[in-house]
Amino acid sequence: MSQATLRIQKISGHPGPVPGAGTQRDLQVCKLVDVTTCIGCKACEVACLEWNGLPYATTSFDNTYQTMPETTWNFWNLIKFSEHQQENGTLMWLMRKDQCMHCAEPGCLMACPADGAIVQYDNGIVDFQQANCIGCGYCIAGCPFNIPKFNSHTKKVFKCTLCADRVAEGLEPACIKACPTGCLHFGTKSDMAGLAEARARQLREHSGFANAGVYDPPGVGGTGVIYVLHDAANPEAYGGLPKDPRIPWVVRLWKGPAKWVGNLALAGGLVAAAVHYMRFGPKRAPEDESRKGERP
Amino acid sequence: MSASRTIPSAEARAGGILRYTFGERLIHWIAAFSYVYDLVTGLSFWSPYLFLGAAAAGGGPTARFWHPWLGVLFAATMVWMYAMWCGDMATSDADRAWWRARRHYIRNEDEKLPAIGRFNYGQKLFFRVMLWGIVLLLLSGVGLWLTDSIPWSLRWLRYLAILVHVIAALATMAGFIIHVYMGTAMVRGSFTSIVSGEVTPAWARMHHRLWYEQVTRPPSTRK
Repeated sequence: MSQATLRIQKISGHPGPVPGAGTQRDLQVCKLVDVTTCIGCKACEVACLEWNGLPYATTSFDNTYQTMPETTWNFWNLIKFSEHQQENGTLMWLMRKDQCMHCAEPGCLMACPADGAIVQYDNGIVDFQQANCIGCGYCIAGCPFNIPKFNSHTKKVFKCTLCADRVAEGLEPACIKACPTGCLHFGTKSDMAGLAEARARQLREHSGFANAGVYDPPGVGGTGVIYVLHDAANPEAYGGLPKDPRIPWVVRLWKGPAKWVGNLALAGGLVAAAVHYMRFGPKRAPEDESRKGERP
Repeated sequence: MSASRTIPSAEARAGGILRYTFGERLIHWIAAFSYVYDLVTGLSFWSPYLFLGAAAAGGGPTARFWHPWLGVLFAATMVWMYAMWCGDMATSDADRAWWRARRHYIRNEDEKLPAIGRFNYGQKLFFRVMLWGIVLLLLSGVGLWLTDSIPWSLRWLRYLAILVHVIAALATMAGFIIHVYMGTAMVRGSFTSIVSGEVTPAWARMHHRLWYEQVTRPPSTRK
């Protein structure tokens, strides 16, 4: 995991392919969140603020252990707290670390019209480049996880970077560094997927969680953040983790077929006007008696 | 501000007929400027291959800042134009007959067309496309403008806004291409009429005979 993993793999709003694409073997990084061992201490929230030098964000108390209702432009890592009643009547406190999922097929990047405002590195990290951001907010519509957040003062959008700056230097993200229970892990995607599967099997076979499993949603091509859940059949219980996240169909239509239909229609209109002019020519009024000698 | 109130001999210079008053021409060009700014910047948000439009309009963030405001300006000009022209834009029986014979208009066989009033049915259709277009563009545009204020639970509003904005914009662009082609290259004399306000009597007789007869009738015989 060196600087080479920060080669750009996908790029938003860019005419043409990514410069230098496919010139190196890829090495996907991944964050594993084992929600079954999270104690809700929020060390990761603090570490995120500290490392990224984010200004203070207002917290709000809603009678739970959650810091605020959702992530904000200057608070990228939030432990979502849910009181969950199981089928046998017992109560569970579910703590899920919410942050950018670093989708393999990012909806934010697909929706973004600004050249290079959102990039996906070869290592899979999806990163916002605020210098190139035009502040349109289309990424907010493209994201199936409610992650990009708008700063109305700077008119730029912000989110978790997976500590791309640390990863580039061979360090793990700040949240992982701070976790006291070992519920957070960081490594290659294949290593983390293997570790997650092993933990889920352990939960199924030895801890009585028959539905335990790994959350790595295929609808967005898999994610750079994966979860181990006690009940993988009900991710919604974990602070509204979507069951089958996909890039919204409107965004896919808009950036896919609609673009080609629209472009063809516009080009067709221009061609039709030119062809009409060549075939029939201009429409001229007969010369006016009263204006003879003048140019119309 | 309808044409019947203008007296050609008083306002237009010798020989010409006043087709558009100064106020009509001014509002047309304010509308044209605001529409073209939003067209150029909107197309640059539509496709990265057209992003040079945003660069020309002041850069991406500047274009994103002005695009909604110019949209509001365009909407205001449409309100003005509606107030000014809603009478002239009503569909008449002559328009229906003209529209049935539109293939003659397309083929420049104008002598086979029925006489019509101040605007032909094509112009009236364009007016309606722009009018309904800006209603939809403004409503959906507000959703895109203030997209970060829409709560997650109402996110379908964002998707609806994108869909409506794209469809309405493409519809106005179809009308705009035809409008600019006809107003500049195809119908000779029409571009100067929206700049200087004047047309020749022959132009008026050929394209809008009923309007010509109305505005050239001596004032005492007008209704």
